[in-house]
Formats: sequence, C-alpha cells, structure tokens
Amino acid sequence: MCALCGVLGGSDHWTDAVARPGVFTRNTDAASRRRERMHRVAAANRILRHYGMTLADWQGASFVLSTATGKTEIVDNLSHLWAAAERLLSRPCDPLDEELIARLESGLG
Amino acid sequence: MGEAAPEFTPITLVTGFLGSGKTTLLQRLLCEPTFSDTAVLINEFGEIGLDHHLLERIDETMVVLQSGCLCCTIRSELSAAIKDLHSQRERGLVPPFRRLVIESTGLADPFPILSTVQTDPVLRHHFCLGSVITTVDAVNGMRQLDAQPESVKQVAVADRLVLTKTDLAAAETVRLLVERLRCINPMAPLWRGADQDIDAGALLAKDAFDGNGAERWLPAHLPPTRPAHVHGDRNRHDDIRAVALSLDQPVDWTMFGIWLTMLLHRHGNEVLRVKGILNVAGAKTPVAVHGVQHLVHPPTHMTAWPDTDRRSRLVFIVKDLAPAAIERSLRAFSMTSTESHSPGRR
Repeated sequence: MCALCGVLGGSDHWTDAVARPGVFTRNTDAASRRRERMHRVAAANRILRHYGMTLADWQGASFVLSTATGKTEIVDNLSHLWAAAERLLSRPCDPLDEELIARLESGLG
Repeated sequence: MGEAAPEFTPITLVTGFLGSGKTTLLQRLLCEPTFSDTAVLINEFGEIGLDHHLLERIDETMVVLQSGCLCCTIRSELSAAIKDLHSQRERGLVPPFRRLVIESTGLADPFPILSTVQTDPVLRHHFCLGSVITTVDAVNGMRQLDAQPESVKQVAVADRLVLTKTDLAAAETVRLLVERLRCINPMAPLWRGADQDIDAGALLAKDAFDGNGAERWLPAHLPPTRPAHVHGDRNRHDDIRAVALSLDQPVDWTMFGIWLTMLLHRHGNEVLRVKGILNVAGAKTPVAVHGVQHLVHPPTHMTAWPDTDRRSRLVFIVKDLAPAAIERSLRAFSMTSTESHSPGRR
C-alpha cells in the first residue's frame, strides 16, 4: 500500500488480466501497464463522451470519473465505472441503446 | 516461506432442481477410488446419505460487498465453510483433499456460489472454479423448466449436464427434454445418467474456463439460434437462447472489456453465459473468455487455435435480449476502437 495515498496494490479485475502476455504482469513491465492504462482511459472516453463524462487515470491505481458539471467519483475498475456513471448521470448507460450505437457507427462516439 | 505457491484447489458445483438426483450422482462419483480425496460441502442433507469422510454442511446467508457491484456477492457462510475446510487441511486435521465439490440446494441460484469463490479475498488465493454440473430429472425436467425459473437458470449456467432417471422416462419425453436443454444451453456436454457410464474424470475436469475443448462449443458447431421457448406457452420462463457471434477483425482487448463490462452491468441478469475465444490484437494465440451473469472469469491465453478459423467467436446465452442488438453493439464498439486507434501502436 502507498503510505501517502492509501491505495492498495494492483487491481485484479478480469479486464486487468492476461489479455496479452507482458502487458498486465503485476510486478514487471511497468511502462506497458502504464501505457495500457492510458489506452484504457482513451477508449473509455470515446464511449463516455456520449454521456458528457470523462475518465482520467488517478495515480495509476484508480480512475476519476467526472461529469461536465464537475461531479466526480473515484472508481477502481471498468466494472465499477458503469455503476458510478449511472449514479452521477441518474440514467442508465446501456450499450444496446440505439442512439449510442448509431453515434458510434457514425463515428461521432 | 520460500515454498512453491500452493496449487489452487478446484471447486465443482453440483446443482439441479429438487429431487433431480444431485446426491445420487455425487454418491456414484465419490465411490470411485480416484475421487476419495474430494471434500464435499452440502447445503442440505437429503434423504440419501452420503457416506463420506469429508462432508460438511453449510447454511445460506448473503452479503453484498460495499462496492454495490453484483459480481461481488458473497455468501458468507459458504465462504466461512470453505475457509474452515482449508484451515483444517492446512493443520492436518482432515485428509489433504485435492478438489472440493459443493452440492447446492435445489432452489439455489448458482451465481452467488460462483461469485463467492472468485470474489472472496481469501478463497480466491487458494481455490479456483472447476465446473458447474447440473442434474436434470428426465421424468419431471420438462415440467420443472416450465414452472421454475431457477431450474432454467441452473441449466443455462451448466458446464456439464447430467440427465438423470432416463431409465424411468419414455424415450420421446427424453428426446424432447434433450432438445429443450440444447436450446437453453448448446455448449455443455450432456450425459445420460442411467444409460451410460459417467466418466468421473471428464465430469469433474477443470477445463470449463480455459478454452480447452473449444471446438465443442464454438459457434460453427451450434444449432441455429432460436429461443428455447418454442411452444408459445406464456407460462414458460425460458425465453432463453444461445446467440453465436463472430468478428473477422482482431479485437481490441481494452474496448472489448469496456463493452462487456457495460453490457453485464446493465444486462447481467439477462446474460446468463458468455463464452468464447477472441483473436486479440497483438496476441498470437486466442484468449478464452468465460462469464456467468455479472461474473467474468480471468481470461486465459490458449496455447493454440483449435482450428484454422482465426475469427473471434463468442456464444451468449441470453434471456429476453435481442441477438441483433448485441451483435450490432459489439461491432459498433469494435469499430470505434479501430478507427481511433493508431495501427502501429501494438
């Protein structure tokens, strides 16, 4: 645990698992892990844009989810992201939503 | 300290509706000498006694962890019972068992049991999920599937199906039941308990989550997608269908994770199973993914492709969800990742 921020060690969510050898190894290859986190934030933001929200990395351990009006919440992993997003938005984030799919298909996502 | 990490003890869940022959099946399996090193946790003692030296009883209480995420549901007494067994094994108070079998109550939803093993901070370092074996009564199975949504779910999440009492049921009844089971869950191998020898090794093998045997359940081998609810009976609870999808382009793992976590967060109760192999961009061999409702098992790298087809192939068992919407959504998310993704990055 980091004595300053109190964050426990790496996430063990399935999305952090062994997708590609090396990238998610817990104790080595920190640069790849960092790069992957940046990629994850960028990818999530392409979807969150539809809801007027943004995601940012926080200390390489968690993420900060923010709305356009400045409401924020810290989330541990992608699974918790959607619960937090719905709380802040007060509406569901549904990947089967016609409007969302249409925007992604048109390249506006 | 300094010793090699202990192996994970696989946990097999035996489920099935009331009176479907779970204990009888267990009795049969545990008779085999090679399975004498199996510990058994049982939810309720039925009329059939299990004469086994590693037998414990559990009761049910449920805890949802603070995160509020449904995949973090823990059944506290189940967790305590497994930890107690583990502790006794470590202290040499019980024989060193190499696998653990949990027999659930007939009315139990299998999901919290699986979630407990994977989520509990102690258990997940010592145990891993083996497979889910569901027993189905050949005589009463059709009626139970009609009337009891729990039984449909138990079939849908099964890695292996065992049809029991086939010697007591008419051949036509068995045929119709098998057809219906195949519509609900076309992926799980099916044994006919009374008519054929049950290979205990194959039944209890821990291969459900590692992609081995993928050629058995890959979409190319599935029957055409159709709902299991085939007779227009409105009382039926199983508008459940298997949906097979394939993607030609390699998948961006990160975007796939975003899509699947989003889908399971919103529709986890309707996505009973997801299983498949992905051609992940940057990986030479496929990645096997396997999920039960809100719970996704850690993905594993398979050692080789099962055939010459290099497409990503996924099978969903869904309830009340339109297959076309799932496919369109996945393609839209995948397209988003490739469009905005520098091709030289990986």
